[in-house]
Amino acid sequence: MAIISRGFSGRRSAGEVKLPPGQYLTTDFPVLSAGPTPRISLDRWEFTIDDGTNVMQRWDWNSFRDLPRETITVDLHCVTRWSKLGTSWEGVSFDTLLANVKTDLPFAMIHSYGDYTTNLPLKDLLSKQAWIAFKYDGTDLAPEHGGPARLLVPHLYLWKSAKWVKGLTLMKDDKPGFWEGLGYHIYGDPWREQRYSEE
Amino acid sequence: MAGTEVLGRVTWRTGKVVSLRDETSTARTIAIEVRDWPGHVAGQHVDVRLTAPDGYSAVRSYSIASAPNSDRRIEITVERLEDGEVSPYLTQEVAIGDELDLRGPIGGWFVWHVDQTEPIQLIAGGSGIVPLMAIIRSRLASASNARFRLLYSLREPAAAFYKDELQAISIRGESVILSYAFTRITPKDWPRPASRIDAALLSENVWPSHLSPTCYVCGPTSFVEHVAGLLIAAGMDRGRIRTERFGSTGEHK
Repeated sequence: MAIISRGFSGRRSAGEVKLPPGQYLTTDFPVLSAGPTPRISLDRWEFTIDDGTNVMQRWDWNSFRDLPRETITVDLHCVTRWSKLGTSWEGVSFDTLLANVKTDLPFAMIHSYGDYTTNLPLKDLLSKQAWIAFKYDGTDLAPEHGGPARLLVPHLYLWKSAKWVKGLTLMKDDKPGFWEGLGYHIYGDPWREQRYSEE
Repeated sequence: MAGTEVLGRVTWRTGKVVSLRDETSTARTIAIEVRDWPGHVAGQHVDVRLTAPDGYSAVRSYSIASAPNSDRRIEITVERLEDGEVSPYLTQEVAIGDELDLRGPIGGWFVWHVDQTEPIQLIAGGSGIVPLMAIIRSRLASASNARFRLLYSLREPAAAFYKDELQAISIRGESVILSYAFTRITPKDWPRPASRIDAALLSENVWPSHLSPTCYVCGPTSFVEHVAGLLIAAGMDRGRIRTERFGSTGEHK
């Protein structure tokens, strides 16, 4: 039972916008990262897909940018409770990236420059649910927002949309990534308010 | 590091406001007694939930300012945001004796454990001092011998939180070395004109990289980006720099 806060009325969202539970709207684009922003030069950038043993796919920046690109407009929901609606991105879908990968392994670990990791089921990367994005709002993605390229998986809390991505490892079993190992939810669905590991 | 160790149980608890103290004209420290508080680690935060009579509620996270202790009492320091929904209530409306819903402690990364023995470099921008103050208080309340430095960047002297306590620490000459940087207005006769932190100021006021300090940087995003960049340029190991960013606006914008 919630305690009623004497004299508190709050500021409701004006429109009919439906947000996940416990979220509030912002028009800012706050930055949250556990450490310094890595600076990655494009001529050393690469993205690989492996199964823990063998590299199955590898792109450098040029071959990655030659892949079919999509424009994506999505809502973002951060576990720190802000939501931002209608953000506009350009990126390559994982349907494209995984098109030639044959696997029975059901889970993925995303790796980033700067050693960040995050885990998710492989099926959450498919069916136009996830992209590697390289433009935000029409311009090259800024380093503090994950540039040159970041994961964009907007149906999960934003920590899953790892910045500065460099690879994907397919896994037989689900394993916690960085924040998931520090008490955040293993899956992170904002509509079910899966913020912390005990929810 | 095990997540559950520092996460605590994330159930909602009832806290009672037991004291209020203004830090500045826009920031207030709220001491809250939580009967079933499980204890915390310096650097962690709590979620505070306000609920209107019709059931509408809003939740925000606030860093814990107090050291871990056994008296079932925590302090948070809240900076009032002009367009905020929760912070105006917590800094202006809330009264001693009021009850608040809160949940935590939360967070297992931006934390300092008393068994860390390496030199510690704390760098705060504005209200980013709050979790770093918890770390300093934790250090002073424990038997730790870790060497500490705090570099506290402020818009102006009047914006400082915990003034008396920091001054006392400074005078006692305990093993926490304090230094300040002012970005808009300096105290009288301050040797350096108001400006943002640069490489020279940093090299004079932080541990040298060869001591391999762990650095905790907290403040507005642009401050954290700027300082973390300077630390790396000064040779700090990026793996030893932990950051916590407060929103997207701030004095260094």
